[in-house]
Amino acid sequence: MTALVDLSRRPGGTFALFAVALLCLVAIAAPLIAPYGPNAIAPANRLMDPSLQHWLGTDHLGRDILSRLIFGARVALGISLSVIAISLTAGVILGIASALSPRAVDLAIVGIFDVVTSFPSIILALALVAVFGPGLGNVVLLVSIVFIPHFGRVARAQTIAIRNSPFIEAEKVLGAQSWRVILHHVTPNIIGPIFVLACMDIPVVITIEAGLSFLGLGVRPPLASWGNLLNDGYTYLDQSPWLATFSGLSLILATLGFALLGEALRDTIDPKLRRTL
Amino acid sequence: MRSASFQIHLASKLATALLAVAGSVVLLLALTRFIPGDPATVILGSRATPEAVAALNARIGLDKPLIEQAFAFFGRLFSGDLGEDVFNGRPVLSLVLGALPNTAALAISAMLTAIVLGVPLALVSARWPGGKIDRLVAFLSVGFISTPSFVVSVFLLMVFSVTLRWFPVLGAGESGDLGDQLWHLVLPTAALAAGWVGYIARLLRSSLLEVLSESHIRTLRAYGVSEAKILMKYALKPAVLPTVAVLGMGFGELLGGAVFAEVIFNRPGLGSLIYDAIRTRNYPVVQGGVFVIVLLYVLTNLIADLSQSLIDPRERARLVSGRGAVT
Repeated sequence: MTALVDLSRRPGGTFALFAVALLCLVAIAAPLIAPYGPNAIAPANRLMDPSLQHWLGTDHLGRDILSRLIFGARVALGISLSVIAISLTAGVILGIASALSPRAVDLAIVGIFDVVTSFPSIILALALVAVFGPGLGNVVLLVSIVFIPHFGRVARAQTIAIRNSPFIEAEKVLGAQSWRVILHHVTPNIIGPIFVLACMDIPVVITIEAGLSFLGLGVRPPLASWGNLLNDGYTYLDQSPWLATFSGLSLILATLGFALLGEALRDTIDPKLRRTL
Repeated sequence: MRSASFQIHLASKLATALLAVAGSVVLLLALTRFIPGDPATVILGSRATPEAVAALNARIGLDKPLIEQAFAFFGRLFSGDLGEDVFNGRPVLSLVLGALPNTAALAISAMLTAIVLGVPLALVSARWPGGKIDRLVAFLSVGFISTPSFVVSVFLLMVFSVTLRWFPVLGAGESGDLGDQLWHLVLPTAALAAGWVGYIARLLRSSLLEVLSESHIRTLRAYGVSEAKILMKYALKPAVLPTVAVLGMGFGELLGGAVFAEVIFNRPGLGSLIYDAIRTRNYPVVQGGVFVIVLLYVLTNLIADLSQSLIDPRERARLVSGRGAVT
């Protein structure tokens, strides 16, 4: 609780907590609070302006924009949390393995990280999607690959920093098995900065997913991803500005909220991280 | 005279960059192997004759082992051959070279805009930290950094092209008419630069504040040197170093972000070339385009890295004398 109070005192902390809590609440309660079904088509009501019936207006198929945005929050959070969970797990395992392995293995893993990071992230995501094709599952897996080196590098550096500490040596002398040392002593000591990095990467993942969907290479329509919605809004920009405006604002709210939360968390947990993350 | 340690430093940086490029080529070629089904059938469609499929596989080099394919790729690369467009047989290199100037103009103008706006904002913020302007800049920069560039592009298009009609909606302008081309460049540049203005402002502000808290600055203040002079003459140069490193990386990210700006503003360029190639499954063009972007990305990072060690006298002294780290 004190951490939350501390967090809300940071610059932008209150806004960040509010935005993230709102998004999570909306995503969880989507079917309860959405006034219409996200895919309920009503051609007679196409491209309507905001009104009492449709608070944010309708799209080119007469679907309620507010309802689609509410369900879009589920897609954005669902995908970004899955991507972070997969890339964090794989990155931490590879990073620790790299730091504790013989030099040849370490060099090989670091080399793979270097190759993956020699692509600008969106370009690598595009190249992967070009081969494996769009779709929900593929987007989650492929974007995860892009983020594994982020976590891997930090996990490796942190592990190297503590691998010769007296408490690790002591465990080894006492005869602890390697898996026990890794699970009970290395992981808990390196997870703090990785958790902060995870929070700071969420807005980046949301941006990449929405970007791929915007280009028609991510989540397939009619599933309501904010990227798909923004693309629909862009296509009908000359007839109605509402869809583009509201889907863009939803994306800004989410990315800004998580970015500020990540920074506030970083400063709250460990101000020294400011230099490395 | 440069000592051996500088040459070693240079060689190790070059070797890392070359390895990254070579690795990315292997990755790109390996990826084609994962195309579900036979790539040539996917490209040509299910009604293609087996002869046509075999001929295309041989032309792309898919009938050979991966390592042989990678060597063949590099071999052809040195003779300026990046493969052929599968649909019309045009050399990929000429497609990429045709598209590159548009993307380079966009990325360079975005980076220059970001520097021209970001540096003064950082100076003002660092001069009066915690003041009204500093807080406003901090708020705006976080906002701009976290807003995806494609959202900025769509919003700019909506406000300035569709509603106000101040700027053209689509295209790169008449070829040969420089004024028209620059006019078409304004909105995409603004969309790409927005995030980087914030980034440069924040990064430079925090390194300026760090330098300003050092003892030699305190001595200058004690001697009565004006704050403006301290900021411009003594603090800016050392503080600019971390930003230079980030700019190298930033240029590559701008090339990536250019995909969105080019698609949204319907501009020809490397990004829209790759995008169109992905949609039509024109793999050699995807490979060639992505390869050139990776090459530029690695190259700009290398230049930023090396120029950082050349600008910083401490780093330079360390490299030339061959001693260990100064700190």
